[in-house]
Amino acid sequence: MSSHDSEGYWKATLGLIRNVLIVWFVVSYGFGILLAPALNSIHLGGYPLGFWFAQQGSMYIFVILIFVYAKLMGNIDKKFDVHED
Amino acid sequence: MSLQAITYLFVGLSFALYIGIAIWARAGSTKEFYAAGGNVHPVLNGMATGADWMSAASFISMAGLIAAMGYGGALFLMGWTGGYVLLAMLLAPYLRKFGKFTVPQFFGTRYYSKGASTVGVFCLLAASLTYIIGQMTGVGVAFSRFLGVSNSTGIYLGMAIVFCYAVFGGMKGITYTQCAQYCVLILAYTVPAVFISLHLTGNPIPQLGLGSDMIGTSVSLLDKLDLISQDLGFAQYTTSYRLSMLNTFVYTVSLMIGTAGLPHVIMRFFTVPTVKDARSSAGWALVFIAILYTTAPAVAAMAKMNLITTIHPTVMSNGDILAPDAQIKYSERPDWMKRWEVTGLLKFEDKNGDGRIQYYNGKSKDPKFAAAGWKGNELSVNRDIMVLANPEIALLPNWVIALVAAGGLAAALSTAAGLLLAISSAISHDLLKEKFMPNLTETQELNAGKLSMAGAIVVAGYLGLNPPGFAAGTVAIAFGLAASSIFPALMMGIFSKTMNKQGAIAGMLAGIGVTMFYVFAHKGIFFLKGTAFVDAIGGPNFFFGIEPNAFGAIGAIVNFAVAFAVKNVTEPVPAHIAKMVEDVRIPKGSSAVDGAH
Repeated sequence: MSSHDSEGYWKATLGLIRNVLIVWFVVSYGFGILLAPALNSIHLGGYPLGFWFAQQGSMYIFVILIFVYAKLMGNIDKKFDVHED
Repeated sequence: MSLQAITYLFVGLSFALYIGIAIWARAGSTKEFYAAGGNVHPVLNGMATGADWMSAASFISMAGLIAAMGYGGALFLMGWTGGYVLLAMLLAPYLRKFGKFTVPQFFGTRYYSKGASTVGVFCLLAASLTYIIGQMTGVGVAFSRFLGVSNSTGIYLGMAIVFCYAVFGGMKGITYTQCAQYCVLILAYTVPAVFISLHLTGNPIPQLGLGSDMIGTSVSLLDKLDLISQDLGFAQYTTSYRLSMLNTFVYTVSLMIGTAGLPHVIMRFFTVPTVKDARSSAGWALVFIAILYTTAPAVAAMAKMNLITTIHPTVMSNGDILAPDAQIKYSERPDWMKRWEVTGLLKFEDKNGDGRIQYYNGKSKDPKFAAAGWKGNELSVNRDIMVLANPEIALLPNWVIALVAAGGLAAALSTAAGLLLAISSAISHDLLKEKFMPNLTETQELNAGKLSMAGAIVVAGYLGLNPPGFAAGTVAIAFGLAASSIFPALMMGIFSKTMNKQGAIAGMLAGIGVTMFYVFAHKGIFFLKGTAFVDAIGGPNFFFGIEPNAFGAIGAIVNFAVAFAVKNVTEPVPAHIAKMVEDVRIPKGSSAVDGAH
């Protein structure tokens, strides 16, 4: 294990987690709850936008976030040569 | 064929399918019983996790609560899906690498003490048992309606069936069975939603239908619903927070981190072959879950619309809803109301004696209702019946109603089985074998596990007769308990190399302690009726207006704070544990702990 740059690997991992969590927070707690009243004046079809983020949009984005995370994490694994066989 | 006959047929066929699969894949050794030998494909694992996850609370109860809460109901939607992002990034890959297969085992090893593992078992039992109470509530609703019996008889029948079902096989049986259950429950949820969306908006996709105009008009469905909700004295549908913005926020946090701390979900991620698979498995689980969860808000809004238009037909033609003959006569009520009256979950009381049904917000201060001679809301509809009654309210064909019955039972059974498995492994393996009776043989361990399942069902059934809330509300409390105890301890075990056993144990006890105190103050000690003491300590929701169901987030903060405070004044973590945590963070190499995989 000592041959790997475990510190660099962990730093890269935490950076990715931080970025994903920012998006995660903004779409759900931000657009879905805190800013929902303001966003509701904008409409997406028949949906007020804040309502849409809370009851639809945030969930679609969560799904995308996990796959993006899994893909980028796989890249980090390869870069630091710590991927499984 | 009559509705009753076709319902028996659908439910019978689906059960035959599950039991057939369980027998085919019957588990052998103890390890297979708990973790399916560690070789389940990520997509299948995701689907099974989805079935495991979507319980009576999601399937039967959630849309009904959203219908009543409107926009604020989003806390269930975001809370119960957003947690998967946390799970995928913060826990699943590391727990898989760790190589243990239950949460208490993780605690016991990472916090190098049997004490930590025992506290873990205690937290796990508290969360899982509360969760099963919610399931039993839902099972009771489903069985009472489809067998035409009272709610309590429904719960007794449900207890018997859940027991037979859960002791049949282990995780392996359950993994494949749960894939089948997922298919049944998702069909059962989406088929009526498609019908109803098509009927109301002309758009067959419920997720789009909810954002469309009412068929034949240029008014959007949500605008119309806002309008008629307000006409009947309810809050505006698309904007009302759950109690307050703060409470909505905290409630969502509690459900999200509870999701990432529930033992029966976490266990799933010990069963995928690689760390890489553990990451994508969480994504697949969420795909399968999101199909139902994005449909639910459409089901909620459309069920509410259909319910109101059934009772107040004039709302569709913009007529005067207050006119003396604008509401339907009780004697001419549709058949579905009669069927639900049998269960005791739908009640009519003719308060003003005019023989018609006035369904509105009876607490509204608007003088127009009194002027029209309305003397209070006359129709009480248990929120947990909304989804099951939905196809009946919309007058869909009998086979759709039967399909929903089979789906509701699949949802309740699959989750109850997964939870019972978590409970049985915690008691028989983590508590008995590891702590009190190390000489237990494999057979004795399995039998002890089955016995604890039986015990858990009896306790949950008993409390389910007098549940602390609607199914989804009770389940939310279970999430709060997991959020305040298990999630923080798992997080710190992976992300802090310096967290020691004293800190972790003190944190868990403090977190679950304050959460239980707040919940029991509102809902009664151990949920027993008449033991609530909230009025003695400040009145309902005294902590910044936060309701007990949402308090897990506060408990989690207490947990983190206490853990770090205690850690700083006690001896540091041993060097080999710090080294172990470092290994856990790296996918490559064998499991971090000897003797596993």
